[in-house]
Amino acid sequence: MENLTFIVFAPLVAAGIIALLPRTFNVLFRLLALAGTLASLIGALRVFLNFDATATGLQFEQQARWVDALGISYHLGVDGLNVGLILMGAIVAFAAACVSREIAQWQKLYYILLLLMAGGILGAFASFDIFLFYFFHELALVPTFILIGVWGRGDRRQYATFQITLYLSLGALITLIGLIALYLAAGTHSFNLLELTRHLAVEPISAGLQNVIFPLLLFGFGILVSLWPFHTWAPLGYSAAPTAAAMLHAGVLKKFGLYGLIRIAVPLLPTGAQHWMNTLALLCLGNILYCGLVAMRQRDLNLLIGNSSVAHMGFAFLGIASLSVIGVTGTVLVMIAHGLLAALSFAVSGYLHGRLGTLQMDQMGGLLRRMPFIGAVMVMAMFAGCGLPGFANFPGEALVLFGSWSTHRAVTVLATWGALVVAAVYMLRAVRVIWHGPVADRWKELADAPNLWVKLPFALLLAALLVFGCCPRLLTDKIAPVVETIVQQAGAPPAILTAGSKPTWFSPTAARETMPAPIEP
Amino acid sequence: MSHLNAIGLEIAVLATGLALLLLDLWAKPGQRRQLAYGAVLALGAIFVASFAVSAPEPRLAFGGLYVLDELALFFKRFFLLAAVIVLVTEIEFAERLDAGSSEYHALTLFALVGMMFAASANDFALLFVALELVTVTFYVLVSYQRRRTPSLEAGVKYLILGALSSAFLVYGIALVFGVSGTMNFLHLTASPPEILQSPLLAIGLLLVLVGLGFKVAAVPFQIWAPDVCQGAPLPTTAFLAVGSKATGIVLLLRVLFVAAPAVTARWNHALLVVAALTILYGVLCAIPQRSLKRLMAYSSIANAGYLLIGVCVGNTEGVAAMLFYLGGYLFAVLAVFLVATLAWRGTDADEIPGLAGLCQRSPFLAGGLTLAMMSLAGVPPLAGFFGKFLLLKAAILGGATHPGLYWLAGLTIVAVVISLYYYFGVIRAVYWGENPADVSPLAVSWPARAVLGLCLFGMLWLGLFPANVLNLAQIAAAAIKF
Repeated sequence: MENLTFIVFAPLVAAGIIALLPRTFNVLFRLLALAGTLASLIGALRVFLNFDATATGLQFEQQARWVDALGISYHLGVDGLNVGLILMGAIVAFAAACVSREIAQWQKLYYILLLLMAGGILGAFASFDIFLFYFFHELALVPTFILIGVWGRGDRRQYATFQITLYLSLGALITLIGLIALYLAAGTHSFNLLELTRHLAVEPISAGLQNVIFPLLLFGFGILVSLWPFHTWAPLGYSAAPTAAAMLHAGVLKKFGLYGLIRIAVPLLPTGAQHWMNTLALLCLGNILYCGLVAMRQRDLNLLIGNSSVAHMGFAFLGIASLSVIGVTGTVLVMIAHGLLAALSFAVSGYLHGRLGTLQMDQMGGLLRRMPFIGAVMVMAMFAGCGLPGFANFPGEALVLFGSWSTHRAVTVLATWGALVVAAVYMLRAVRVIWHGPVADRWKELADAPNLWVKLPFALLLAALLVFGCCPRLLTDKIAPVVETIVQQAGAPPAILTAGSKPTWFSPTAARETMPAPIEP
Repeated sequence: MSHLNAIGLEIAVLATGLALLLLDLWAKPGQRRQLAYGAVLALGAIFVASFAVSAPEPRLAFGGLYVLDELALFFKRFFLLAAVIVLVTEIEFAERLDAGSSEYHALTLFALVGMMFAASANDFALLFVALELVTVTFYVLVSYQRRRTPSLEAGVKYLILGALSSAFLVYGIALVFGVSGTMNFLHLTASPPEILQSPLLAIGLLLVLVGLGFKVAAVPFQIWAPDVCQGAPLPTTAFLAVGSKATGIVLLLRVLFVAAPAVTARWNHALLVVAALTILYGVLCAIPQRSLKRLMAYSSIANAGYLLIGVCVGNTEGVAAMLFYLGGYLFAVLAVFLVATLAWRGTDADEIPGLAGLCQRSPFLAGGLTLAMMSLAGVPPLAGFFGKFLLLKAAILGGATHPGLYWLAGLTIVAVVISLYYYFGVIRAVYWGENPADVSPLAVSWPARAVLGLCLFGMLWLGLFPANVLNLAQIAAAAIKF
């Protein structure tokens, strides 16, 4: 099971089996979807636990020839950067399959698309071939559109579907152009990321060309991650999406853009990256502050979560913009934490929508009395969203802010405001409006999550958030060494690497350097 | 004898067509369908046999009129495969014809012979004759539903505009011959520079390109396409969109890169503009369409523009990308028309909202149409995605020498995004269209099932394991010396 091909293809094979079954086997579809994603989850967990943080290079590597004429190969592997992301993706995929109980219509097609999406996402994060990386992403992206279009909700579903389709396709295609340009400019005749890295370390692309290719990747990936001002598709799209699609997209698929920036754009185009990082830092303020303020005005719970999810992406961008080990490590942590958080938030809101039939917050109130479990989960998710210590978001955001302090002070100060004040305002207000106060008569009969099966996805996501929040070293130990090489490739000024502002309590590599070696028991 | 050897594939197809016509005289009405399936099997056998032929070195025949090289073979296989699928579509369509279904199939086979000859044209005379064989047969095929006014109207439109374009072609050929004294492509290339520089030769070639542009449906010679495609019987529209277009493309390649590479080099900017306008016109006009046939006509114009990117790049890589794209295009377009023929059996409808309820009537057809639309839209893991990827890659690589190609690549991106809108519109109609008029289950004959399965397999295979076909395309493209 510690086999990346198994992890990626378990959902895809399940989708294939479902496709061959007759249309009426609804229970079996659901079981197959659960089995496929659970298999991936177990595989991803074992890979995560058996991952050797001290080793360099790829682990669990798998390679096969695909299109030799173009230098495209099937190449999967994990290193510290993606091992956590794959685990997060597998957790969210399983949770998404769990909450799909709400789907009543056309279950066969639904589960096929959901599993395609899950397999595509995991494949994208495991790929070490640029073409394969893009290929898997598209494989996951297109089912998203159909899921929203067919099983979406709300009056503006059609509009939201078309907007998200056109916006994200545009972003993906700009990325594709950027990746092809990168491949051609490198002149290695190979899409293999390791070979490209090795080649470009010796013969970098000319600065002028880098400054052209990097923005293609920055804005292409940026559109996919909802970088301000290209974020407008996100809140509307998520509010119209069925729960599982919103969870998988906002939680995992969206991180593809950030991952691409860290994995491909920054290390392979260092000059371009340095040239554009200040722009990115300013744009991410748009995410944190503007979208945070927009979230404050929302009356629809899903729109609030959607906007806050866009706002959180600002921190991830800020970490990348800092081009420092701490900042980028923080970004990866934010990616994982936010993936779990977004999935949890959308799962809760989906559950509420199923029970209440509405997500207008001013129609709710006092629900905590009726739904103590769901309410507690939601309150904890909201706290995680404000960056409360104990949840994985806190170390992530803290590292980002520490990392960006030395490069973008003004931005960091403003971002801290966004994180502490703006987020706290809208999150706490939502908690008050939805869960406290008198219960309206119409909700008197509401019931909480009835059994363990219903509670499982929430508990799983929350547990992961808490585990990584209380013990971020599980991730940072793995992430930091890889990020260090990436930042070195990006040629960040050494001052940042060894700056005194580096907090050693989260950065194990630094800790190892400065502290005496621990005595082995 | 070796001359006859060289045209063996064409002779086999011609014999099939003639045998079909003859046997029809003795066939009872109930046996016509079996007869047509026999023709399909024969074509399939010829298609398989074509892989036994190879031409690493170009073989000239009939005094240099005819050339058998890998490029010609690639297109011959392409046309044969297209004809197999079209013929099965025609058999499903035959009940909508008043009479003469065997003649309808036979005419398709004759058009196929014309296309296969065109693939081997090495001389303006053969180019013209082959093209006329294709075009004249299509005049009849387009207006074959003679009691249906739109079909006749389409036939008349195609006849008038086709005749006009033939006139341009003949006039152009006459000018070329007048200036250079030869009709042979290879002789023309070897002409002395003063002839190649002559403005009259350039005008002559330009007129030839007008004629070919009409076949390809490139802007500004695309006016006929939507009306003719809408009026023509569905299988004929399919064959027009795939076969006729590919004929134009292969002749364009021969004329531009074999007959007059020196002149082509000067026209690169004009070609870029034509490609850009064709793409833009196709995608923009497709947006408001409600008729599936018209939508596919505009989409075929846009696809002609994508194919022209390969021509604009003007090297082996560009042409190989174009040939690969053409392969993916074949499966997707023919699958769409096959599904349309089956879904609208017994009616004269062609409105996209009329597809509502297809997913309940036949999930297989609905799934096939969805995959075809996704392939056309360029979604992985289907053939269309890999084709567009190759074209974009070739364009960006070529951009180093012709910066205009960067703009063309950018425009392509915009066009692909726009095209998602209308392709997904069709998928939307299939799965969540409102007020389905008819929800009775749809019976699909097993040959139609098999052929649709073949199309789906082709789209997936080209998308997932592109290496084989890409290799074929590269060998074919290498037949042209740039």
